[in-house]
Amino acid sequence: MTTVSKSAHDFVSPLVRDLPKSGIRDFFDIVASRKDVISLGIGEPDFLTPWHIREKAIASLERGMTRYTSNLGMPELRQELAGYMRDTFRAEYDWQTEILVTVGVSEGFDIAMRAVLSPGDEVLYHEPCFVAYAPLIRMAQGVPVAVETFRRDEFRLTVEELEKKVTPRTRVLLVSFPNNPTGATLRREDTEALADFVIRHDLLLVSDEVYSELTYEGGRHSLAAIPRLRDRLIFLNGFSKAWSMTGFRLGYVCAPAPLTDAMMKIHQYCMMCASSTAQMAGIEALQHGAADVAAMRESYHLRRNYIVASLNEMGLDCFMPRGAFYVFPSIQSTGLDSTTFALRLLNECNVACIPGTAFGACGAGFLRCAYATGMEQLKEAMDRMAAFVQRL
Amino acid sequence: MDTLLELLKKNARESDATLAKKLALTETEVRERIAAYERDGVIRGYQAVLNQDRIEQTDVRAVIELRIRPEREGGFDRIANRIGKFPQVESMCLMSGAYDLLLFVKGQSLQQVAQFVSAHLASLDGVLSTTTHFILKTYKDQGVLMEGVSHDDRLQVCP
Repeated sequence: MTTVSKSAHDFVSPLVRDLPKSGIRDFFDIVASRKDVISLGIGEPDFLTPWHIREKAIASLERGMTRYTSNLGMPELRQELAGYMRDTFRAEYDWQTEILVTVGVSEGFDIAMRAVLSPGDEVLYHEPCFVAYAPLIRMAQGVPVAVETFRRDEFRLTVEELEKKVTPRTRVLLVSFPNNPTGATLRREDTEALADFVIRHDLLLVSDEVYSELTYEGGRHSLAAIPRLRDRLIFLNGFSKAWSMTGFRLGYVCAPAPLTDAMMKIHQYCMMCASSTAQMAGIEALQHGAADVAAMRESYHLRRNYIVASLNEMGLDCFMPRGAFYVFPSIQSTGLDSTTFALRLLNECNVACIPGTAFGACGAGFLRCAYATGMEQLKEAMDRMAAFVQRL
Repeated sequence: MDTLLELLKKNARESDATLAKKLALTETEVRERIAAYERDGVIRGYQAVLNQDRIEQTDVRAVIELRIRPEREGGFDRIANRIGKFPQVESMCLMSGAYDLLLFVKGQSLQQVAQFVSAHLASLDGVLSTTTHFILKTYKDQGVLMEGVSHDDRLQVCP
């Protein structure tokens, strides 16, 4: 009997093999191979973590605080988070049973999906959006169902579009505002309409609000602030964007006790707990970091004004986004598609922006420009881009 | 503080066009507001923040604590204004605590600064005592760190 032994490739599960690679990854490889690129492709704050937060982390290491913490997260951090949720969103969560500290929002989203989905369950999510949602839904054996958002609505999610995609298999609606990559935010009437929609269809709502601290005007309308959603909401948030703490990998989940308990089961087996150093830094951020957030927000706000004015001036239509640190200009007037525009801009001007299609098919004709970069670089990038558009 | 002032404080060389875009104003409005601040004496000048250790020069700098006797009329102001006229004095503040005036003084040599203190400060009517500290190295000036130029070590593209 002859047997053909498996190659390493054959050991990869079909589920993972068929998972598409992030379009951002492809672009990263191209940009990384070049020198002197001004990158507007970085979805990360350009500030260093405020010194007092880093100092608190260092002090915790000096004191030898390097052990496992409670699976749910340090009690002091969860108590601070309960206070933050109350003060910021008027949302009451019991720190002992309804708050779970995670390794970034990505873990929070992952365990939320794994905790609630059965094979074949459909999850509605809106595009353009962060690249990780659909793959993580698939990994949890769910079926991601994209709902389009449009420039004409300033990329807000509308119930009209949701109704087109909802089916008897729909179990979850995932919402993420302020939005990466569009910078879109929700108005109060949007959150109310979404609440009505999920109640009408008896769905679970998952809301990723990691950019909520970076809202510039129009008010912060969190889905956590709507009491009638409480029993069907998983709220995700983290420290990365607000306090510029991306590398700490610190996030949290707020949800009713049965859901928190279910997510906790997965978290305790795959993560045990978030890093103790990061949790100490998180406590400091919540206790003494409000002024840092305000200062960074103001800095992004001014850069946003600058980049939106510059893009519109060069003829790339761009609405004024009210949150996050992205603008999403249309490049349709140039006659180029997103990828061609981005590649030519990179090759001819050494400026990197991400093609809108990396965030979903309906991002075609758009470009994501992150403005969390130094003002001098931002100015230079806008000058080069204007010259490029002029030449087309 | 007006955001325009905050921006100028951070970078006085920012162009009117950039300031206008950031603040959602017209360039004319920016120019008018800056002119008004200059006229009203809110903006007193524009200077570069230099790393003294990186430029070829032999100046020495000193911090001088001065105890003075306040005057019946005018308190500390008359004598402070008088001291402020010396070009060697770069900055001067009235302080609470063990002394009254704190001076930042520049000179070409230790001797020259010492000479200035004895000839022009200590001998001044109303000056009770002086304490001179020479500056050895400046680590941070006006909110700007002198070493460790920050570099962006983020991944060039990320989601």
